[in-house]
Amino acid sequence: MTYTKKLKPHEFVFPAGKGPRLSQIDIELTERCNNNCIHCLINRQENDEHAHSREMDTAFVKDLLKQAADLGCLAVRFTGGEPLLREDFAELYMFARRLGMHVILFTNGRLITPELARLFAKYPPGKPIEVSVYGMRPESYDAAAGKKGAHAEFWRGMELLREHKVWFVVKSSILPPNRDDMVDFEQWLTEIDGEDSQPRYAMNFDLRARRDDPGKNERIRRLRLSPEETMSVLKRSPIYVDSMREFCGKFMSPSGNKLFSCGAGHGTCVDAYGKAQMCMGLRDPETVVDLHEATLKAALEHSFPKLREIRATDPEYLARCARCFLKGLCEQCPAKSWMEHGTLDTPVEYLCGLAHAQALYLGLITENEKAWEVENWRERIDLFSRK
Amino acid sequence: MDDVTFDMVCFPSEDIVAREIEGELIIVPLVAGIGDTDDELYTLNETGKAIWSRLDGKRTLRAISEELATEFNAPLEEVGKDLSGLMNELIRRKMILVQSV
Ligand code: SF4
Ligand code: SF4
Repeated sequence: MTYTKKLKPHEFVFPAGKGPRLSQIDIELTERCNNNCIHCLINRQENDEHAHSREMDTAFVKDLLKQAADLGCLAVRFTGGEPLLREDFAELYMFARRLGMHVILFTNGRLITPELARLFAKYPPGKPIEVSVYGMRPESYDAAAGKKGAHAEFWRGMELLREHKVWFVVKSSILPPNRDDMVDFEQWLTEIDGEDSQPRYAMNFDLRARRDDPGKNERIRRLRLSPEETMSVLKRSPIYVDSMREFCGKFMSPSGNKLFSCGAGHGTCVDAYGKAQMCMGLRDPETVVDLHEATLKAALEHSFPKLREIRATDPEYLARCARCFLKGLCEQCPAKSWMEHGTLDTPVEYLCGLAHAQALYLGLITENEKAWEVENWRERIDLFSRK
Repeated sequence: MDDVTFDMVCFPSEDIVAREIEGELIIVPLVAGIGDTDDELYTLNETGKAIWSRLDGKRTLRAISEELATEFNAPLEEVGKDLSGLMNELIRRKMILVQSV
């Protein structure tokens, strides 16, 4: 007989009907960043004193972590900006670990020091550190990250993680300066212990998440891969079509006028200033809860359920997205709509084009067909997902 | 492994965090090398939970078995077998420490 049972976090099955109120919390420790990436949707300068002075202080973040632990939370994702810019990062990290949470760290890796690498080696985060990579060569990385000398610091950070055998995974963004680096990136991937995933690329960038910089939005629009270019990257993956069969069978269907058919509001992402968002992307001030005035529990149990009931009213949305069977495959959602248009329910043409290009390639629609006009969509999904 | 004796007094190691979530006792390794991989968590079965809550660094394993035998109206021998089984697992995984023998 064994008395202890060893499980991966996702294997947990709580007694029927129960489960932690919150399984993971996302906390943005700062919007400041030591990079200035040409495509970034959130960053502020690392020396932005105004942003710095408004950030949650150490005691506030610790209290937030305690509230999350009391709700049963098993993991925290620290993100940013660059979370390692916070002087209290190591303190917050250990505080979360001592509460019995796993930590997922999103970082560009430039600020990994020998002390931090030793800390991660001795007290492992419990989840791989996720490093964003902006190029494999100094010229490409520094140009994409907007900082001279950034690549050298990034690479030193990676060497430290490897030297201390810290578990990490990497993802990249396809940008004009680093387009020629994909082969090197994919080769490097095979040399990283514990990195067993397919290459992960961002290429369909979101606009500024706070709608704060129209000039940068224009530049981001120009960096986005077109639907055709996106398809040529997706098709490189040998598992793309098979993974889509499973995905489409499970997650695609029209959602009517219900705006939040996703998981938004079942969990939360707390921004750098202590506002609880329904998800990482949605920063519309009308949908956030100030945690200086309300508890995390109140946000999750009272505010978010009410917000989840919001219905779409935009006629264009009702005529298209509400009836569209690509919903799920298409990334159109309240957060993306807000970033693009400042409303929660306006179709995003760029995403619409991407979804149609994928659907066409997968054989779900034919040339020039509009997904929202397809009547026999259930049959098409069944046929595709059963192949 | 049969190093467990009933004179032992045991207590949870500081290298793990034990949490109770929705009635489940979950042990989260804090320090490298406790689990076989970094992302593991552990749960205890019902017997394990009843024993764990008594590992306070004060009671001997004998006292704990007697308490459990009375509380659950079970034969002392059976409780003792469960107790040493669990102790072996927890000591091997460095989740509890032995204070004195
Ligand atoms: S980003 Fe969009 S789809 Fe994702 S959770 Fe937020 S609102 Fe929903
Ligand atoms: S594919 Fe177009 S119509 Fe369909 S959900 Fe996306 S944006 Fe809306």
